Amino acid sequence: MQWNSVSEFLAMGGYAFYVWGSFGLTAAVVVGEVLLLRAQRKNILRELRSELLSERNSS
Amino acid sequence: MNTQTIHWFKFASPQNFYYLAGRMWPWFAALAAVLATVGLWISFFVAPVDAQQGQAYRIIFVHVPASQMAMFIYLVMAAWAGFGLAFNTRLSGMMASALAPTGALFAFLSLVTGAVWGKPMWGTWWVWDARLTSTLILLFLYLGFLALQSSIDDPRRADKACAVLALVGSVNVPIIYFSVKWWNTLHQGASVSMTKSAMASTMLAGMLIMVVACWMYAIAVALVRVRSIILDRERHTEWVKHAVE
Repeated sequence: MQWNSVSEFLAMGGYAFYVWGSFGLTAAVVVGEVLLLRAQRKNILRELRSELLSERNSS
Repeated sequence: MNTQTIHWFKFASPQNFYYLAGRMWPWFAALAAVLATVGLWISFFVAPVDAQQGQAYRIIFVHVPASQMAMFIYLVMAAWAGFGLAFNTRLSGMMASALAPTGALFAFLSLVTGAVWGKPMWGTWWVWDARLTSTLILLFLYLGFLALQSSIDDPRRADKACAVLALVGSVNVPIIYFSVKWWNTLHQGASVSMTKSAMASTMLAGMLIMVVACWMYAIAVALVRVRSIILDRERHTEWVKHAVE
């Protein structure tokens, strides 16, 4: 273990902004991409289902 | 014998690949989650502090994985695109399109985490150094690919135009990789090489695990995205109508 206390861990030897900034941004990008993918899949399924429905109703 | 060889191409059809990708992506996602957990644990709790850079060096555990992903995804994307151009297979263009957004995100992360690392170590967020500049060009190539894709209505024609862009742009990847050798740059040289490594073994292990985690993540994300692209582009086929019911 490299740390004596939680506050020492959070301080990152004075580089807290840089270290947590880069890890935080990476985590945010990953979460954002996953959410966008989920929305993309939901949208395309909804679109195709409504297309299918209107096709059936018209025929 | 003939039927044996044909089986290899079975998954080149978008319909079969749609179902295959659906079965595969949860495994890659699970592997990514497990490896990222182990990798982050090593990054913060096992790897020792760096003698020169203090705790700031820990940025390496996201910066290097992001940077190598940005380069590798571009090459894989260009390979798919080139394959599509050569053999006129539909799935290839869809795979290339599915990889581009993730590659662009990794290129963006590489640049930003690099800037955030550069500020405390070099005293500046940005310099027009060979490696930084060529990575910025890589991001622009991804953005160009995505813009070109969305500006052409016919997806098959868009695939062809994008394939040419991807193939021509791939010359930039070796330039990024060798930039630290070819030019005098502020950016440090390779941390890892075949013969010797400039890092402590736990640092190296943490970094490599993070790299593999990013690979698994990128594969999972590309498979999920390609499924949406397949549904979109094959919307007029009977199988898609059955699949969405």
